[in-house]
Amino acid sequence: MAADPLSRVFSALADPTRRDMVARLAVADATVNELAEPYDVSLQAVSKHLKVLQDAGLVSRSREAQRRPVHLEAEVFDLMTKWIERYRRQAEERYRRLDDVLRSMPDDVEPAPETPRSPRPPTGAPK
Amino acid sequence: MTTSTRETEIIIDPTVPLVRMIRDFDAPVEKVFRAHTDPKLFARWMGPRNYEMRIDHLDCRTGGSYHYVMISEGNEYGFYGSFHEMRPNELIVQTFTFEGMPDGVALERLVFEDLGAGRTRLTTTSLVDSFEGRDGFVASGMEVGVREGYQKLDEVLAELSA
Repeated sequence: MAADPLSRVFSALADPTRRDMVARLAVADATVNELAEPYDVSLQAVSKHLKVLQDAGLVSRSREAQRRPVHLEAEVFDLMTKWIERYRRQAEERYRRLDDVLRSMPDDVEPAPETPRSPRPPTGAPK
Repeated sequence: MTTSTRETEIIIDPTVPLVRMIRDFDAPVEKVFRAHTDPKLFARWMGPRNYEMRIDHLDCRTGGSYHYVMISEGNEYGFYGSFHEMRPNELIVQTFTFEGMPDGVALERLVFEDLGAGRTRLTTTSLVDSFEGRDGFVASGMEVGVREGYQKLDEVLAELSA
């Protein structure tokens, strides 16, 4: 199991069943029984999945009563999505600058020269 | 619903430590490729807006290498790597290292796809050797906000596990 928090979130979401559970918990809290319903797996298997989600900080379970509904920690989930979205937006900004560069290039741009291939690259780059 | 089909698509693979980005351009593949290999053109778009970009060398051939520096408020952030494969208008395979993390290296594959009608799809895949490395790689975007977001996530998670 990966040590750092973000990797735990990523690996927790690596499994399609767990992703599906998270999607359903995004709608409403649910008990383990309710969560297990649509899957053709044992309650133990579902509990195991929940444990992984819990260890990643993605879900929590209240200690009160016997119902113990599972609750999605939306803040953690949102932070991860936001974090990825930031990275994506950064790339998008870079590519928009590339859009501008491409627009400024003349149409009769010369094709890139054929690059010489050698199985062993020579030392010292020719200028 | 998206307003644009051209926005960068990002895929963060949960099972393999890679980041994949897909973006279409309204330009023929020759131009898009050229903008990656001509130092003057490359410098105009690669660095973040408020950074000065200094390209020490960009030796675009199979077996060649590159080194460039992004400068902001007196701070220099260097990046370097080797060109493992350079196939004009088709493919660039390169390594990528941030000097601040010299032990970390990403293997990057840039596929240039001619979509016809003067359009090009660029698919960039960056692969590192661990999830920690990948997450650090994504976080090393140098945008303070990303680091802050990461720290904030740490804090939230620490609170939850307390």
